[in-house]
Amino acid sequence: MSRPELQAPPEIYYGDTEAKKYTQNTRNQQIQADMTYRALELLNLPPDEPAFLLDIGCGSGLSGEILDEEGYIWAGVDIAPSMLEVALEREVEGDLFLQDIGQGFGFRPGSFDGAISISVIQWLLNAETSHPTSSPPHRLNRFFTTLHSALRNPSRAVFQFYPSSDDQIQLITSCAQKAGFGGGIVVDYPNSNKAKKIFLCLFVGGGGPQQQLPKGLEGDEEVDRGVKFERRRDRERGRDKSGKRKNVKARDWILKKKELYRKRGKEDVPRDSKFTGRKRRAVF
Amino acid sequence: MVRLITHNLLACHVKGCNSNNFPLEFKDVQIELREAEFNPDFLKGFMPKLEWKALVDAARQLGDTSLPLELPEMLDDDFLKNLHHVLLEIHVEEGTMTCPNCKHEYPILNGIPNMLLAEHEIG
Repeated sequence: MSRPELQAPPEIYYGDTEAKKYTQNTRNQQIQADMTYRALELLNLPPDEPAFLLDIGCGSGLSGEILDEEGYIWAGVDIAPSMLEVALEREVEGDLFLQDIGQGFGFRPGSFDGAISISVIQWLLNAETSHPTSSPPHRLNRFFTTLHSALRNPSRAVFQFYPSSDDQIQLITSCAQKAGFGGGIVVDYPNSNKAKKIFLCLFVGGGGPQQQLPKGLEGDEEVDRGVKFERRRDRERGRDKSGKRKNVKARDWILKKKELYRKRGKEDVPRDSKFTGRKRRAVF
Repeated sequence: MVRLITHNLLACHVKGCNSNNFPLEFKDVQIELREAEFNPDFLKGFMPKLEWKALVDAARQLGDTSLPLELPEMLDDDFLKNLHHVLLEIHVEEGTMTCPNCKHEYPILNGIPNMLLAEHEIG
């Protein structure tokens, strides 16, 4: 299926049903949580000062919940009303705004101690109308300049996003640099197809020893947790009394299947006999 | 869920509206009080960011007169408790916010302010 950002603008794509679906999907929840923790790590906030953060594209508050848990006070903006409605239902603690980030923010300078954004800014890369203010570079510029002024000096902003090409990364980083940000791209697990995650890590305020671009995580992702919900197969494969592992397609299974086919009226189902389900021994 | 903490940071972002665009004025508001966890360290860290006069004015408009007009030198516990209540526990659920300069109205519905601009207002 094609990427969601190519199908419709975000406020339409995330309508009532899609917003519910997105939020209830446990896989989404897990991924969002992992990425939020990683983004917070990259944000590198001083450990014992409670910070005031901005969650850009907060959606239904999946990442906001984690910010709550970690003790941050936050405000979130999103353009999809249905997602915000879900966030209200879930009673997240942050303040929510219905806002198009491509139109820029109205926050006073130096308002926030940091900003995070999980899989959002790829949505800025499509022009929805032919009006000059809706061209991607214009929207990105407006977004980054207003964000830059809304952040404290020094601070960081971390964006996880899904670019579809290197050109897109190029466009985004150049717009961010024009707005005055330092920093760059951090890639986690660059050699894995599935676990590869791209973070844009931006700094407000120059230099400083701790404002060095962090390294992406390398190596394999921690042990594959496997598909969680295939309990049935596990049960079927359970061991018999003698402790040997049962063959899934043993005699019982074959008889069951043949019975089923007969019931459905399939022709040429072989007869049952004492040889059913037996292995043919090597003769020589 | 517009709390005064965010109201105090919010200015108008309409194209060309760059001066006198803060603070946004509340109108026809309905408020709700919801308890939040008291965190004195956060408040102390947040103090320098506040625009004190705007905060007191907004609080008085919403019917809370517990804050002094001038920012006190000493931060005692009572003061911090009051500040905590004003900043984090008063939620504006319905109403509008109006920019004092360009008169753009930001409606608040269900606690969520609508900050979207029309095409000609985008900077």
